[in-house]
Amino acid sequence: MLTLLFDGVAYGMLLFILSIGLAVTLGLMNFINLAHGAFAMAGGYTTVLLMQHAGLPFLLCMPLAFVFTALLGAVMEATLYRRMYNKPHLDQVLFSIGLTFMAVAGVDYFVGSTQQLVQLPEFLKGRTELWDGALGMGHYRLAIIAVCAVLTLVLQLLLVRTRFGSQLRAAVDNQRVAAGLGIDVNKVFLLTFAVGSGLAGLGGALGAEVLGLDPIFPLKFMIYFLIVVAVGGTSGLTGPLLAALLLGIADVAGKYYIPKLGAFIVYSLMILILLWRPQGLFSRSGK
Amino acid sequence: MNRVALSLSLATKPLWWEFALWAFLLSLPLLLPTHALLISEITIIALFAMSLDLILGYSGIVSLGHAAFFGMGAYSAALFAKYINPDPLLGLAVATAVTALLGAFCSLGVLRGSDLTRLMVTLGVALILQELANKLDFITGGADGLQGVVMGSVLGQFEFDLMGQTAAWYTLSITLAVFLLLRQVVVSPFGFSLQAIRDNALRAQAIGIPVHARLIAAYTLAAALAGMAGGLQAQTTGFASLDVFGFDRSADVLLMLVIGGTGWLWGGIVGAVVFKSLHSIISAWTPQYWTFWLGLFLVLLMLLGRARLLRPWTWGRRA
Amino acid sequence: MSEDIVLSCKGLVKRFGGITATDKVNLQLLRGARHALIGPNGAGKTTLINLFTGVLPPTSGSIRLLGEDISHLAPHQRVQRGLVRTFQINQLFDGLTPLQTLAMTVSQHLGMGATALRPLGHDPRVAKRCENLLSQFHLLEVMDQPTQQLAYGKRRLLEMAIAMACEPSVLLLDEPVAGVPAGEREELLRTVAALPADVSVLLIEHDMDLVFSFAKSMTVMVNGAVLTEGTPAEMAADARVREVYLGHGGGHG
Repeated sequence: MLTLLFDGVAYGMLLFILSIGLAVTLGLMNFINLAHGAFAMAGGYTTVLLMQHAGLPFLLCMPLAFVFTALLGAVMEATLYRRMYNKPHLDQVLFSIGLTFMAVAGVDYFVGSTQQLVQLPEFLKGRTELWDGALGMGHYRLAIIAVCAVLTLVLQLLLVRTRFGSQLRAAVDNQRVAAGLGIDVNKVFLLTFAVGSGLAGLGGALGAEVLGLDPIFPLKFMIYFLIVVAVGGTSGLTGPLLAALLLGIADVAGKYYIPKLGAFIVYSLMILILLWRPQGLFSRSGK
Repeated sequence: MNRVALSLSLATKPLWWEFALWAFLLSLPLLLPTHALLISEITIIALFAMSLDLILGYSGIVSLGHAAFFGMGAYSAALFAKYINPDPLLGLAVATAVTALLGAFCSLGVLRGSDLTRLMVTLGVALILQELANKLDFITGGADGLQGVVMGSVLGQFEFDLMGQTAAWYTLSITLAVFLLLRQVVVSPFGFSLQAIRDNALRAQAIGIPVHARLIAAYTLAAALAGMAGGLQAQTTGFASLDVFGFDRSADVLLMLVIGGTGWLWGGIVGAVVFKSLHSIISAWTPQYWTFWLGLFLVLLMLLGRARLLRPWTWGRRA
Repeated sequence: MSEDIVLSCKGLVKRFGGITATDKVNLQLLRGARHALIGPNGAGKTTLINLFTGVLPPTSGSIRLLGEDISHLAPHQRVQRGLVRTFQINQLFDGLTPLQTLAMTVSQHLGMGATALRPLGHDPRVAKRCENLLSQFHLLEVMDQPTQQLAYGKRRLLEMAIAMACEPSVLLLDEPVAGVPAGEREELLRTVAALPADVSVLLIEHDMDLVFSFAKSMTVMVNGAVLTEGTPAEMAADARVREVYLGHGGGHG
């Protein structure tokens, strides 16, 4: 049972890093970006391709995945997304679905539709058993938890301690007033979108071994990212973090104890939570 | 009749071209007998899209899971025909009724909350149903689908033939009947109150409209009609598979409606025809990567602004 | 005296976290009243309206409409009992025309709102009533224009027309001339003055011309509580009122 908890936490932390970009984009630009999963996929495929064709070591590919996806995000924000900010939600939804379809088909065309396998470095393979096997910790999952925890702390520090962080928080709270105070809202959007996408890419790279990587990745996991954001809310980090952990643990436990019902539990739980509190479980404002 | 009364009646009466267009649609099985199956297919999708228009175009609810009702109707009709009674009209009625119940229940989930919440709840319901259909494979056939559904003849007279003639007439008649019904509904006080709720739910409430009751009614009706479309699908193809609940199906119908235009009822029909045509053309050219071109089309359409799709003279101008 | 009270609240309190927006307010509106509610910005006037209409649930206290306790009724139920409001910022239906908007509202109040199988306006009473309203509010010429395209002054008139289409017994007007350009105020003011005598009106306004020409009685609110009440003349003479409100540069036109 402890092992399940451990696995659930690892899954949850990964989901958090994958989803936090989506949460901030929604909170900041009020933009429902269903293509967020495509950025995660981009990070995953960057890693795999760099490892397979350029022979780069796994650890080096992590930051590269982040950088590449962040750049991709920045370019897309400046050229495409920016034009969609003031459009109705329906248009945004269809736009991002369109991007997702293009990404899925594009990857299928260029790389093929088989599952990509990631070769982990030796020191990350293996497992440590504690307390007579009551707690089995895969080393890779341990690394995931560690990396994601560090990233979370860094994000929190960025938000709270830096100038950019306070500009971001101001713009999320009230865009018009923030602009009126001289905050360059366009720049804030661009950087935030880039970092959010970069994090998704990093999550995709980290998660490729655990979650699997194939062209339909964005469609498979979109619902999970959306759950984290809808349940966790978009004001701050703690909401999505708790939601992601809850989701991770619920999913792992559900699939283990009641495999017949599998994902059913997660979806039902989500719907019930949203019905009870439509603004999300942890958000303060009613957005 | 004075000016005001005249204006009101003009806003609500059907227009001459609507009759003409339906006459044309009804004659298609005669004009294109070899394409009867395709006509059936497009008609079913058009019905599905019209049902979505009721909640999206007229009530303003963004749903990414309308396929939940399509699927429910499909499996209900298939199971009914296989195990209880193969009569098509009876089966259709049952499928519609069952889906209406599901719709009434689900409508409670879309009454409150933001666009994102509604999106999530509708998506979640469709996913749950898909999972259920997958896991309850001893009833539904699971991933293999429900096969071997043999339908009786329509009205005891018209056998479902391989060429699809019966299917085409059957689906067209049902869809026409639904269209006539919806045509009345959308210009009724009820229909206008839905549009009011869509435009400004706060004010609608402030003029005495019971917003939740109206939305529940609209959502239930839309679900029932989507279920009817699903039932027709199962009956005319003879089987039902998991993809009737699929996200692709929900997204496609949403796109179709947006292409055809929301809020004018013909959008579903126009959108279905345009979408299917595009699909056929592009798939013939690149069968595996149709979704790429679909995606590109979506992106461009949204960037341009969907109101301008049917007005090419506005494409050059800035929004 | 045969006055009867059409709308009243007793000990009405509304708290948002630490802020008390409505502080034990008692208010009584008499039949046929022309009563103004004034106070500086943030005094809680719109909150009080929201409490009356049921948009906000009270923290404590009660509200009575025409003798009935409505404290726990849903907003649309209060409207059905005759309590109608207008909004300071126009709340219209941009996808409909003025005629469609009014016809729908009139149908709702004739009990036909849920009719789904007959067209809007099939009952001749609907067209008749719409014609009266459109003419009274000078909207006949624009009745078929999409609401989205109407000029601001017409939008404001439509805002009021919608409320009147609800056949109100008690009408709550929230700053009816707010934002209306000087040239179009006259039209609006005349229409407000011409409201039927049996409709009881509570008016929130900052425009002192309107208040003094329209109101027969006034309530002054400050910081969520009632400061004082009386006739306009009494209020104008009251030093406290002047200090709190009128004294700061006087009313604005």
